[in-house]
Amino acid sequence: MLLDLEQVTLRFAGNTVLDKVDFGVEAGSLASLIGPNGAGKTSLFNSITGFYRPQEGRIEFNGERILRRKPHKVTQFGIARTFQNVRLFREMSVMENVMAGMHCRTRAGAFGAVFRTPGQRAEEQYIAEVAHDCMKFVGVDEYADRLATNLAYGYQRLVEIARALATQPQLILLDEPAAGLNGTEKAALVELIRRIRDERNVAVLLIEHDMGLVMQVSEHIHVLDYGRIIAKGTAEQVKNDPKVIEAYLGQEDEEMAL
Amino acid sequence: MIDRLYAYFDSPRRQTILLIAIVVLMALAPLVMGRYMTTIMTNALLYVVLALGLNVVVGYAGLLDLGYAAFFAVGAYSIGILTVQFDWNFWLAIPPALVAACIAGVIIGGPTLRLRSDYLAIVTLGFGEIVRFGARNLEITGRATGLSNIPEPNFFGYVISSYVDFYYIFLLLAIVAVIASHRLYHSRLGRAWLYVRHDEDAAEAMGINRVRVKLAAYVTGSVFGAFGGIFFAANLGAISPESFSFEQSVLVLMAVILGGMGKIPGVILGAFIIILGPELLRNLGELRLLLFAVVMLLIMLLRPSGIWPERRH
Repeated sequence: MLLDLEQVTLRFAGNTVLDKVDFGVEAGSLASLIGPNGAGKTSLFNSITGFYRPQEGRIEFNGERILRRKPHKVTQFGIARTFQNVRLFREMSVMENVMAGMHCRTRAGAFGAVFRTPGQRAEEQYIAEVAHDCMKFVGVDEYADRLATNLAYGYQRLVEIARALATQPQLILLDEPAAGLNGTEKAALVELIRRIRDERNVAVLLIEHDMGLVMQVSEHIHVLDYGRIIAKGTAEQVKNDPKVIEAYLGQEDEEMAL
Repeated sequence: MIDRLYAYFDSPRRQTILLIAIVVLMALAPLVMGRYMTTIMTNALLYVVLALGLNVVVGYAGLLDLGYAAFFAVGAYSIGILTVQFDWNFWLAIPPALVAACIAGVIIGGPTLRLRSDYLAIVTLGFGEIVRFGARNLEITGRATGLSNIPEPNFFGYVISSYVDFYYIFLLLAIVAVIASHRLYHSRLGRAWLYVRHDEDAAEAMGINRVRVKLAAYVTGSVFGAFGGIFFAANLGAISPESFSFEQSVLVLMAVILGGMGKIPGVILGAFIIILGPELLRNLGELRLLLFAVVMLLIMLLRPSGIWPERRH
């Protein structure tokens, strides 16, 4: 297991948000986390990436304990993420946004910057190369110099993925990447998620409400309800699991379209 | 109209030409300026250095600092103590003075970084006052009278002493400060400051250690301040606690905000306005500070993000 969670419990003011969650993602796999609204999916993401600090349990990544580590440390270990509501540096260019991902893989400081040391210049070039590569990979390279905020929403989502890829992760967590995208964009996203795994050998863990997309892209699906993992398996297995059907029952929206 | 003028100078090439033209003019200026005007311009150049330093903290990293004069004081007093009390050579005393400023930067930065901006303002204000009171009460800093007879720097046999010499020293310092600011802005660290300022969570998710990055901003700012203080002490030959009052911190902060936070030409402009403004109005006597205040209020009303703000296309 690349990512391994054991008995992770997270409480907020007496409310148990995550209840003894056991969960794992294999290296180079495509996995999804689904569940009704408020099931604790994003909380689980935040616990993995260090934004929340679960009270109990164990989280390991590549054999390294990452529970209650600072977010920037977790990223350094090789887990990148996107946010449910796109959180780009809005007033900065697409290029600068993607360059942010390289921060944790480089080291030049104030001294190097002021004196433009050879090491610093080589590093700046390297940062630019990786950023270009990542922008090209997701298909936003032609907007490199645009301000992030001026891009169409679908492209902003792609920039966020490029930025996450620039951290050179082994696992990337995508929090509802298809939200707000149209049909064409969704199809392209499926393609992109597959390419992230196939061409970069990066494992992908997805939170998504679009069941069509989830079923299409995931090899493993985990279902979360009221902070508990109630089912896991392939698309076929999960689809026919009575507990999953029950969890979604009564939700009269498109999420039912399993 | 004025925005079109700025837009014209937004291209890096034109900005470089403009800067070179200004530097040439400034370099020739002492030939026509009298002693009085030269001294004021020297002071304005000192403020350019200080404002660019504070701009790293306030403009780039978005941290409020109301005690910036403390770093200026640490630089000046370090030089004063080492040269006067311990008879060190001026140039040899510079590295320890910079180290002292870095330490001061960490001391103020470390415990305050968890605070939100309004609390940060209060703590930095307190820090500025602590340094000043420390200087006023310690034996080694000469108590309220301060330190005098700080030796004039000897540069390979040439004694830097006249007011024109110091004008050029500060012109050089200001040029170095502009180049350093520019290079910092376009670097990994400079971008990290902007990332943290724009969205701390997203920055952390990108693997940026926000505490370290903010600390780096305070330390960098303090080095600029210390350079200003070091040559300020050498220029006057005497320093006293009152040179580093709260008012100094506020004036430097005003230069940064008035000119346009984060933008180098804006900050330079702000520094000149803060120093030259009251001088140009001198023959109005008592009214000049009042008038200056009104002008500044008007600027803030009409151009709330500064005279020449950071603008991104």
